[in-house]
Amino acid sequence: MYNREELAEKAKKAVDKRGAIGPDIDLNQYETAPVPHHYLADSDLCALPADEQQRLTMAGLDLTKKDRGGTYFQKDTSVIHCDSQQEGIQVIPIRKALEHHDWVRDYYWKLVSVDTDKYTAAAELELHDGYVIRALPGAKAVYPIQACLYLDKEGLQQNVHNLIIAEEDSELHIITGCSTSPHMKRGVHVGISEFFVKKNAKLSFTMIHNWAEDMQVRPRSVAQVEEGGLFLNNYICMKPVKSLQMYPTTHLVGNDAVARFYSIIVGSPGSEYDVGGRIFLKKPGNRAEIVARTISNGGTIIARGDLIGEVADIKAHLECRGLILNGGMIHAIPELRGYVDGVEMSHEAAVGKIAQEEITYLMSRGLSEDEATSTIVRGFLSVDIPGLPPQLKAEIDRAIQQSDETVM
Amino acid sequence: MLLIEDLQVELAGKTILKHIDLEIKPGETHVLFGPNGSGKTSLLMTIMGYPQYKVTNGKIMFKGVDITHSPINERAQLGIGMSYQRPPTIHGLKTRQMVQICAKNKGKEEINVEELARKVYFENFLDRDVNAGFSGGEIKRSELLQLMAQDPDFMLFDEPESGVDLENIAVVGKTIATLLQKECASSASKSRLQQRLERTKMGLIITHTGHILDYVTVDKGQVLYDGVLSCSSNPREILRCISEIGYEECVRCTIEKN
Repeated sequence: MYNREELAEKAKKAVDKRGAIGPDIDLNQYETAPVPHHYLADSDLCALPADEQQRLTMAGLDLTKKDRGGTYFQKDTSVIHCDSQQEGIQVIPIRKALEHHDWVRDYYWKLVSVDTDKYTAAAELELHDGYVIRALPGAKAVYPIQACLYLDKEGLQQNVHNLIIAEEDSELHIITGCSTSPHMKRGVHVGISEFFVKKNAKLSFTMIHNWAEDMQVRPRSVAQVEEGGLFLNNYICMKPVKSLQMYPTTHLVGNDAVARFYSIIVGSPGSEYDVGGRIFLKKPGNRAEIVARTISNGGTIIARGDLIGEVADIKAHLECRGLILNGGMIHAIPELRGYVDGVEMSHEAAVGKIAQEEITYLMSRGLSEDEATSTIVRGFLSVDIPGLPPQLKAEIDRAIQQSDETVM
Repeated sequence: MLLIEDLQVELAGKTILKHIDLEIKPGETHVLFGPNGSGKTSLLMTIMGYPQYKVTNGKIMFKGVDITHSPINERAQLGIGMSYQRPPTIHGLKTRQMVQICAKNKGKEEINVEELARKVYFENFLDRDVNAGFSGGEIKRSELLQLMAQDPDFMLFDEPESGVDLENIAVVGKTIATLLQKECASSASKSRLQQRLERTKMGLIITHTGHILDYVTVDKGQVLYDGVLSCSSNPREILRCISEIGYEECVRCTIEKN
């Protein structure tokens, strides 16, 4: 039952509730008043200043929209572009959707609890906007949908709520980039995301974060995957951030449902990342995989992974590898919980440095020591992600190429 | 030309190579025999420039340049290349990319990796991570493919036959012969004599079994015993001597030599 007043009541009780993990943020230090921005036509998108365009491109946004099937673009609190060019794929700002489409109410706050912590509460009490992306039953998206959450106003707390729904037998690919404008330094981003992958649907969600040094980020996301569904969740963060904490959770609720999480994080000095993934395997035939590659370049990275096997005939694997290159700290916390006979779960975690013999091997093929190191780092970060469309694979490869700037 | 004079090398504080003198002229290939632990791989690694092998005396000259203390990549750029016995796996780096890296060193930006790979039947491995889960024979073919792209003037081979099955030994042997310009292909334009005179590639091959001698005509054999080059002679003669009486004879030679 959708009742906005009830939700608000619940949220109010949680406004001071700290997050379960991660450093606490004093939200009173940030503004939440709406920041109006003009809606941009297609031609305006390509006419954005070059430095802004660059930031957006790095976050995976294709301003020409050429290789994208739809776009959602939010600047601060305002939606400045929103469309879908593919039949059967809907892209709607969430405020508008809540007003005009009753079906949205069946999904809003259905997986994430509004009173989880002060961040979820804020997202309800002062919701700015967010996107609803939905693939209708049987719709197969040819091109990925792109979404961008952009911060421009100094000191803003951006509250966003997203719903992603892949109806039965549909296929949907989303790339979402979060970025700040070139001059912006300090702000908070709160992003609630709820994913619904229905029977035999396939959803890939690739998120590229491109924040600023004094940004604090608190995504809260939960996914639910039904029978035969596949949820592919990729996360890339190569740029500094003050503090980022998220622990996306997925519930595999139907037989043979599959979830795969891949994350690639480069931790810059002064940055603190507490990032993980949790997958509940609740039905026979469920498969889950969590793969994390982290590099600390002076930052602090906590890489969590939690797999929970509740029934027999499930398989789950967790792989967490970290490289410490120029100081910093990596804390790998892999967890496995099996509740019955017949679960198959495993993990491997490693934190280390680049092997000298790999560097010398490449040097004997003519590379300098620095070239050899960056070649190994790029290799370390290149994870083969099955089932990703070529455009998104290209975006990930491009982000990894940028690791040179950050790491070296 | 490679010229090594009175070379002394330490590894982890222990002297492992003593008074090494070695000269390899352009067009020449030598084989290096010696029991396990005698320092064969150490000599190759020292020539390649691995920093853990510390040169405490003597010098290494290549093409007239003193490379005794040059970093590995400078030696590679000068034209030294190595085929490793147990190279490390580099996760996320495809064999294809590795071959391209090798070619780039030679200034060849555009090479046909597939075509090159077909010569050592390795085209199906190009999209695998370098050395990840490769069998002994696959490692050898991968190393040779890299050397083909790198095209060095002086090549070091660390036991190119070890772990290679009988079927692949011919591929490995013939490829090494080609790399060292030792193939016996008849050419319409050039006589054998002329081919030999124009031969510039140099090689140093570690072998235990001597199988490689069936494919590569080698100019000289060297025996390394306990860190000392004890013998320099006809490779076939050395091999026969070792297989009949073992390395004991080398002990005598070493003592006499010192």
